[in-house]
Amino acid sequence: MRFTAKTTSLAVASALIVFGCGKEAPPPPPPPKAEQPPAPPPKPTLTVKIGHSSPLTGPQAHLGKDNENGARLAIEEANAKKLGIGGAMVTFELLGEDDQADPKQGTTVAQKLIDAKVNGVVGHLNSGTTIPASKLYSDAGIPQISPSATNPKYTQQGFKTAFRVMANDEQQGKVLGDYATKQLAGKKIAIVDDRTAYGQGVADEFEKAAKAGGANIVAREFTNDKATDFAAILTKIKSKKPDLVMYGGMDAQAGPMAQQLKKLGVKSKMIFADGGCTTEFHKLAGDAAEGHYCSLPGYPLDKMPGGKVFMEKYKAKFNVDIQLYAPYAYDAANVMIDAMQRANSVEPAKYLAELPKTAFDGVTARITFDERGDVKDGAITLYQAKGGKWETLETVGGAAPAPAQPAAMGGMSGMTATPTAAAAPAVPAVAPAAAPTTPAEKK
Amino acid sequence: MDTFIQQIINGLVLGSIYALVALGYTMVYGILGLINFAHGEVVMIGALTALTVIKLLANSDLPGTLVVLIGLLAAVPVCMALGFAIERIAYRPLRLAPRLAPLITAIGVSIVLQQLAMIFWGRNYHAFPPILPTSGRDIGGAHITDVQIVIVLLAVAIMAGLMLLVNRTRLGRAMRATAENPQIAGLMGVNINVIISATFLIGSALAAVAGTMVSANYAIAHYHMGFILGLKAFTAAVLGGIGNLPGAMLGGVLLGLIESLGAGYIGDLTGGFLGSHYQDVFAFFVLILVLVFRPSGLMGEKVAERA
Repeated sequence: MRFTAKTTSLAVASALIVFGCGKEAPPPPPPPKAEQPPAPPPKPTLTVKIGHSSPLTGPQAHLGKDNENGARLAIEEANAKKLGIGGAMVTFELLGEDDQADPKQGTTVAQKLIDAKVNGVVGHLNSGTTIPASKLYSDAGIPQISPSATNPKYTQQGFKTAFRVMANDEQQGKVLGDYATKQLAGKKIAIVDDRTAYGQGVADEFEKAAKAGGANIVAREFTNDKATDFAAILTKIKSKKPDLVMYGGMDAQAGPMAQQLKKLGVKSKMIFADGGCTTEFHKLAGDAAEGHYCSLPGYPLDKMPGGKVFMEKYKAKFNVDIQLYAPYAYDAANVMIDAMQRANSVEPAKYLAELPKTAFDGVTARITFDERGDVKDGAITLYQAKGGKWETLETVGGAAPAPAQPAAMGGMSGMTATPTAAAAPAVPAVAPAAAPTTPAEKK
Repeated sequence: MDTFIQQIINGLVLGSIYALVALGYTMVYGILGLINFAHGEVVMIGALTALTVIKLLANSDLPGTLVVLIGLLAAVPVCMALGFAIERIAYRPLRLAPRLAPLITAIGVSIVLQQLAMIFWGRNYHAFPPILPTSGRDIGGAHITDVQIVIVLLAVAIMAGLMLLVNRTRLGRAMRATAENPQIAGLMGVNINVIISATFLIGSALAAVAGTMVSANYAIAHYHMGFILGLKAFTAAVLGGIGNLPGAMLGGVLLGLIESLGAGYIGDLTGGFLGSHYQDVFAFFVLILVLVFRPSGLMGEKVAERA
């Protein structure tokens, strides 16, 4: 407890001295005055630190670097525009940290970023690291936007600092479960998950939806996010003769798993969520990739509003292909910068109040948040592996709200038609109430 | 029944790989009394080197098995050089230091190798090109691929060769003498530095073979793959009795079988109370039981013959 009190006061202190992180900022005068003079001849410069956290080492390092690249691209573009915020010329600096996809390391990194007085955090990549870290950011009052943590719990803890730009597992698991039982007519389904917050979460949601759709779960097996050998659990699954094998986890396991299924002579297809829905999956599964199904929140890259342009920019800058979540990390960073611009302040407490009012045209979608900080667009796209590529099957639009949260989804059908009109009235009603007073009551 | 046979096959294949890696641990321990924690990373470097060569040749007209053989032959000298260098740089200067010191350098070398491999080969997973025949045969309803058959047979052959080397050759006799007492062996005219280097060279060559096998069987290689594999192989070596060659082989195969049968049947045996995520718990539970009743492992640490 003493620990948290310390960090909060630290953050408050850093928040009070707006230019605390500035390099050539005028030190003593209070910030509001510095903001008002419209253009003093030498425009003060201000360095704003944005934290980013993802696994840069370990089995998911390829995805972690991908996220960091996405955020870095957004920040370098913002720097190139020489944005003026609060009367100063702002230079953004990305502090990329490695959380190794490990929950313990996630909180260590979060504390490190807080101590470095970051003005906001883009991350983390995994649900398992994002959820424990979100408590620290919330205590320190630092806004956090995760590009890719999809476990529902992240935004259900009542932290007003927690946002995400990707549909959560509740929505994704349900869409996958419905698809497996209806379109694919799966009656006997085996489920494997990697026991991470993400993998288990999406597998549980899938199980619920599949059972509701009348399917029989013939096996529920487990592995971990570092495994490469699945022969034992797949042999057991083979003996149950399932129509479909659902996997909750990442591509590094999904690929070899598809190959080992084929080696064992199992004909059933796999179905998995975004973690396995990568180009890497095809490389790892080789010719065993054919015919498997997966889902991704949002639209396919080529159907994203800015997908093609982003892909070219990314490739030109980093000379590697996009793995998976880079567009979301890019959007998350841009949403944060956008809120700072609208608040005309880089101070966490000030621009945090602007975040819920976000209506930002990102490369992945038009991003608006519901009252919990979840992105308001339930669109989820299903794919099937064909000829070494993911071929789009269909996009299940946001029109199918999860029964638990009809209110949150209410505004969504109107969203696409008149986005600004729908966002404007909905948000102020929520934001003033949520921002200053309620966080303590929420949980 | 076919499921049971399949689980046995799965266990044998996995166990053969563990056993080959475990041999590397046990040989070094036998001679130096040192646990070479960098051995798992040598396996990883072997796998990635072989894979790099295989990828270069994958589009040539050479038959797939020959390409894999060339990859293997490229990986063996690389790993041997690496093993030699590790011993020379990180262990030899500390040979007379307290036991904890070389253990820490071993962990240090392991981390350094992992990071170097990450820089050199990148963070991405490397897929094994589909050049090997995917054919296999059915045994009582269970399926085993030709690659897996080769893995098991090769592991047995290497083991037999190693036993011959240690028990029947001059080098083997010198190794056994060094294991028993380095000072006395030195006085008897054995150049113990040469013998220790030879041990590292042989262990690393086995690591290269194991690495190539792993990447061929699972069709995947990654700079991080050596850590878990090394840990499991070390467990296998302890299970069989560290320092004992047949023990490492037995421990490896047993660990593979325990893991595979554990994952396959633990759920049904406990009525769903424990699932396949307890597979490692199961394996380590067996290890604890063995160590409680036989503290020096299944085959014991026969000091006189360890090598």
